[in-house]
Amino acid sequence: MHMPPSDPTILARKPQIVARLQAVLPKGAVLHDPAETRAYECDALAAYRCPPLCAVLPGSTDEVAAVMRICFEEGVPVVPRGAGTSLAGGALPTEDSVILGVARLNEVLETDYDNRFIRVGAGRTNLAVTGAVEADGFFYAPDPSSQLACVIAGNIAMNSGGAHCLKYGVTTNNLMGVTMVMADGEVVEFGGPHLDAGGLDVLGLICGSEGQLGIVTEATLRILAKPEGARPVLIGFDNSEVAGACVSDIIQAGILPVAIEFMDRVCIRASEAHARSGYPDCEAMLIIEVEGSEVEITDQLERIIAIARRHNPIELRESESEEESARIWLGRKSAFGAMGQINDYMCLDGTIPVSELPYVLRRIGEMSVEFGLDVGNVFHAGDGNMHPLILYDANKPGDLEKCEAFGAEILKLCVEVGGCLTGEHGVGVEKRELMHTQFTDPDIEAQMRLKDVFDPGWLLNPAKVFPLEASRARRSG
Amino acid sequence: MRPETETELAELVAGAAGPLRIIGGGTRDIGRPVNGEVLSVAGLTGVELYEPGALTLVARAGTPLAEIEALLATENQRLAFEPMDHRSLLGSKGVPTIGAVVAANISGPRRIQVGAARDFALGVRFVDGRGQVLKNGGRVMKNVTGYDLVKLMAGSRGTLGVLSEVSLKVMAVLEAEVTLVKRGLGAAEGVGALSAALGSPFDVSGAAHLDTTAEGETRIRLEGLAGSVAYRTKALQDGICAGWENVEGEASANLWREVRDVLPFAGVNGEVWRISVKPTDGPELSAMIAQNGVEHQAIFDWGGGLVWLLVEGAPNAGAKVIRQQVDICGGHATLVRAPEALRGRLAVFQPEPASVAAITGQIRDKYDPKGILNSGLMGP
Repeated sequence: MHMPPSDPTILARKPQIVARLQAVLPKGAVLHDPAETRAYECDALAAYRCPPLCAVLPGSTDEVAAVMRICFEEGVPVVPRGAGTSLAGGALPTEDSVILGVARLNEVLETDYDNRFIRVGAGRTNLAVTGAVEADGFFYAPDPSSQLACVIAGNIAMNSGGAHCLKYGVTTNNLMGVTMVMADGEVVEFGGPHLDAGGLDVLGLICGSEGQLGIVTEATLRILAKPEGARPVLIGFDNSEVAGACVSDIIQAGILPVAIEFMDRVCIRASEAHARSGYPDCEAMLIIEVEGSEVEITDQLERIIAIARRHNPIELRESESEEESARIWLGRKSAFGAMGQINDYMCLDGTIPVSELPYVLRRIGEMSVEFGLDVGNVFHAGDGNMHPLILYDANKPGDLEKCEAFGAEILKLCVEVGGCLTGEHGVGVEKRELMHTQFTDPDIEAQMRLKDVFDPGWLLNPAKVFPLEASRARRSG
Repeated sequence: MRPETETELAELVAGAAGPLRIIGGGTRDIGRPVNGEVLSVAGLTGVELYEPGALTLVARAGTPLAEIEALLATENQRLAFEPMDHRSLLGSKGVPTIGAVVAANISGPRRIQVGAARDFALGVRFVDGRGQVLKNGGRVMKNVTGYDLVKLMAGSRGTLGVLSEVSLKVMAVLEAEVTLVKRGLGAAEGVGALSAALGSPFDVSGAAHLDTTAEGETRIRLEGLAGSVAYRTKALQDGICAGWENVEGEASANLWREVRDVLPFAGVNGEVWRISVKPTDGPELSAMIAQNGVEHQAIFDWGGGLVWLLVEGAPNAGAKVIRQQVDICGGHATLVRAPEALRGRLAVFQPEPASVAAITGQIRDKYDPKGILNSGLMGP
């Protein structure tokens, strides 16, 4: 993975730039000592790190605007950062860039139950959005696994999903409006508590633009009334392909669970060692959750279980208590961390048509042998969003490179069968150079033209998303 | 011009000598009148892929909507966003196409629960104003690879590119439906009941109040498995909807076709506005518009947030007052039905604030540098 060379003229002007930023921000909101900025050198794609020029932590939209005006005038690249949980390197800085962290913008600004929305500072964590409304029976639907830490700004940048988006959709389907500071410091509102756009759907473009079009400082989010109850069922199979076929049959039967999660033996064992959820030791396991009233839960589970039985499961267990449900989910949610106990891993995020699950799982198994690296699979099976975790040893020379090559092959396979490189983590730096496998040059050019509109100088998170060669002329322009 | 393939479509756009007026089935003539040679996409037809087990359908843009709905019905599936049929309201003839549904982001009453056409659009192929074939998105449910041009194209009404293919998420037809109906509530009271129902855990899939009869009618729809619908119906009738009547099955479906297609305003004189506001603002907006001298009838869908107004006899369709009042509460208004001459003089779509207009104007310049694609259709 390469990053473009830093601009020496910016590095030389560091003292002036820091002084100008300090003049518009409160004390302590500009971090410029390398010891202070260490925490901002990388995000959750920790294999890559780089110290930024400095990091700023503004506390209001006006302060963000002031920072952006200065960076615009100085020609300094800005890397927006939420909580730094990106798995794609979305918040990875370069030496000549200012990290703009929005974590201090975390207030609830407005809650409106009659109209079912909440307006929050974009630095509020995902879980704290639900936290602000759950006592009144509401929740915010998108639930990325990192929801305890990740913030709404990052969710918007990457159009994050989660386990329950099978029913409720991803961020873009739950985002109603944003306040955004443009590259030159202008503050613009898009959308609001009404539905849909009156003209072009610019909000739809902003969501998922990986911090390349502006800095989102406030968001209006759709909240929903919490269902009366929810219950998961665990289904174990001695064969991954059969599990895949079971998923497809459930969906085709017209049942809409809120989540269908898949784990293979590698992940089941890792997770069991860690969370002790009582998972069966089998080749493939599904966690299927349904929700609603007791009548609805019972009815849906009966239908799901009938379909599952046709696929000869080796274990079939309906949760019998809240506590058991929580334990079942704990195992799934801690799967990534548990894999990390075994070794270093790289988490992929390709999406495939659900019908291709059996074939793709088989191919990943074959490639695992070819590359000599173990893979665990844990993913959102209902929507085909896979998360193969490739295990490698960062201390072993050449292992990371081998892992990257393996990962690239898996992602190419996803595209080949009609899927895509990333379902919810984003392109960042990680999949930047693979964009050509999914898009033609004109497709990429068409996307870059939109960045030209919002950020003509290419100062916002410039070395991300697009292959470096494709964006070079613009970045150096 | 009526290309039969995407390649022909691209050649026609690349070689266009002047402005083009892009149409699918031509049943939704909404917007400023566009001058230019007609470019019909109706020749690009056919479902290219339908995978019921993956809830995915890919079709060429000119494929008739009815053909797609019939195909989905064979697998007991449907387009859950319930696209409106504009033919009755606009008095148009022709065959609605799937491309136009996406291009104009056409949704119906279920939008409040499941999302709009833009939320079900998974991928697009289109030809931009240079004649370049482009694609974005794909045919999978979750896809954040690169910028989301699918959302940008949905609702751009052919002004950024001509859609050649769309891929859509489809959903199962649900087993049962019931509509709870109450007559005699005023708009504010009716919308208040809708808000309460939408804020309940009972998964409401339609919430409308019609002020088109003397006593008014408020409707709440529940869909799902039969047992669950029965349970939720009772739960609402035990509380928020005490004393409301139930309508089931086909009769219930008819009530929502009436709302979806705005049938009370079909075949009646007058101009029709479509306004999107915060749901609880709907009744107040209607009252303020009337107070300021623009008499009208109103239908409130989407829990109150989608306001259809029938205005008769007001100068310029009441545009000045309506725009003023929408600006006060925030949202957007579109003059959906009006004589062509009036649509030539008035802004049909919501005028954007200068900061937003600067961005959308530049986006149009990037995708249609010669200004030949439905030029001016969405203009101020």
